Amino acid sequence: MSETLLSVKQLKKHFAVSGGILKRTVDRVHAVDGVSFDIGKGETLGLVGESGCGKSTTGRCILRLIEPSAGEVWFQGTDVTRMGHDALRSLRRDMQIIFQDPYASLNPRLTVGAIVGEALQIHGLAKSRKAMEERVVELLETVGLQPDHLGRFPHEFSGGQRQRIGIARALAVEPKLVICDEPVSALDVSIQAQVINLLEDLQEKFGLTYLFIAHDLSVVEHISDRVAVMYLGRVVEIAPSRALYDTPLHPYTEALLSAVPIPDPTVKRKRIMLQGDVPNPIRPPSGCHFHTRCPIAKPDCSQRDPELLEKRPGHWVACHYRG
Amino acid sequence: MAETLLDIRGLKTWFKTDDGMVRAVDGVSLYIDRGETLGVVGESGCGKTVTARSVLKLIDMPPGRFEAGQILWRGRDVIPLSPEEMDKIRAREIAIIFQEPMTSLNPVYTVGDQIAEVLRQHDELSRKQALSGAVDMLRLVNIPNPQKRVHDYPHQFSGGMRQRVMIAMALSCKPQLLIADEPTTALDVTIQAQILELMQEMKDKLGMSIMLITHAMGVVAETCQRVVVMYAGKVVEEAPVEALFGNPRHPYTQGLIRSIPRVDRAAARRERLEAIPGTVPSLLHPPVGCRFAARCKYAMDICVREMPPLKEVGPGHRVACVL
Repeated sequence: MSETLLSVKQLKKHFAVSGGILKRTVDRVHAVDGVSFDIGKGETLGLVGESGCGKSTTGRCILRLIEPSAGEVWFQGTDVTRMGHDALRSLRRDMQIIFQDPYASLNPRLTVGAIVGEALQIHGLAKSRKAMEERVVELLETVGLQPDHLGRFPHEFSGGQRQRIGIARALAVEPKLVICDEPVSALDVSIQAQVINLLEDLQEKFGLTYLFIAHDLSVVEHISDRVAVMYLGRVVEIAPSRALYDTPLHPYTEALLSAVPIPDPTVKRKRIMLQGDVPNPIRPPSGCHFHTRCPIAKPDCSQRDPELLEKRPGHWVACHYRG
Repeated sequence: MAETLLDIRGLKTWFKTDDGMVRAVDGVSLYIDRGETLGVVGESGCGKTVTARSVLKLIDMPPGRFEAGQILWRGRDVIPLSPEEMDKIRAREIAIIFQEPMTSLNPVYTVGDQIAEVLRQHDELSRKQALSGAVDMLRLVNIPNPQKRVHDYPHQFSGGMRQRVMIAMALSCKPQLLIADEPTTALDVTIQAQILELMQEMKDKLGMSIMLITHAMGVVAETCQRVVVMYAGKVVEEAPVEALFGNPRHPYTQGLIRSIPRVDRAAARRERLEAIPGTVPSLLHPPVGCRFAARCKYAMDICVREMPPLKEVGPGHRVACVL
């Protein structure tokens, strides 16, 4: 692997659940429960898992849009979790985020020019008004929009175009790492492919590093070099894309992959049906969080936490009985 | 030859808006035979949901109105039927489930009461009999501990469980046709797999037909026998599922199938996705010719001038394209 750009170590985020008249903290949701991974420069790491597994929270903790409860986030030699206000602001030049909902993440009262230009202004990246406008036009063209879109408002665009605006905004400050939080989930399939292709082109052009968070395994497989699978706040498996999909080691990964419908009626597969739902993250099951739904669980799985271990080169898995 | 249950002919459901008439469904014909699963696919705004709701006359009129066409349910046109007669069909013959189960269940009644209500509309039952019928229905859709859960409110169920409750409710009237409008779109893949399997199981057990509305080609490939592809208010292709995926004839269908990343195709990894350029046309002023022409790579002069009719290209395989 190339030089490491981002290193997340034992990241935790616990949300307090308050209750009673005094709104005291009665419980904690362990949204992210000790997550560790590295991302190399120019690499795309996919982060997959079902709703509530903590993948988005992980992404936001890295940027400190949500304050992590514990753990370290090393980016270019500094620990992001200890940064002060000013350092954090300059950090955000290097780390940007693209959100899922292109309708909710753009200010409806600003023109596209203002939305994309805002970051340039904040970071003092444009010398004059004219220079700023030129840069914004250049960015719009980069993401496949027209220069005359500059003066329009978000509601005049379709979902796919809005996502392009969001991407242009993220690129404005020339970031090194872009956290893509379900960037194509809200889009129709034909538009989804346009945006995925765009993200790949931009990565090549600007040498970007992506943390690509999504619940859609086929999309993640397509775009990622390596994939990390999360379940109930923990990473259960990390592997190069190909290895993960060809030889998944964790029973959860296996079940998840087998549940993805294949758009080909001639392909008949054996589906591993998981019973029940994801347990409540307030009281996650003891030991291995997956043991309540695991088809190969043994009695001690509820006793011992499995460690994430490198069972094959580059292929890490947290399971007592696999690998 | 199987009996045709539903036969929609040249249906036009339009909506009057401040900006003019939106031709949401603009001349759609399709049929469903007894015991078959028909997939209706297309992207947002293609008219698939409006078509489905038109069948049960669940369209607010105004602003909506039936501009033309017939909806023959077992040989009888439902469009001129009175609300009372429609109620009878909805109570006993055709059931519908929606994408978001939380908004389709009444939050202030227990699920038992809601299912019992459907049962009592269908048969003369005492309260007690109806409630025990509700328990049976919950058991049928594999909800654990049905005697206890029958007294729970919708918010006490998870997303997947709520969709099971919806299915239980829909099946309580022993329908001959189940219209499922994006039944798994809001669910995680492992839960989606459970729900699709449940629908299949119910179909086999009760011998009903299913009209499955979805945008997910994978779901179609795995559950449907026949497929209708819609684009901008029109049917562009209709085929048995093997033919549709094996030999898609309409450029839009081809694009849809090729634009999806595939989990099972190792070789395709990191190849560019074939995106369909552009976006869906406005249904306020739909183009005169083929509605897909502006995005079609094969478009010729005639495509812009004339709307191609559906023509037979194979057994049960019809396509609306001049090529």
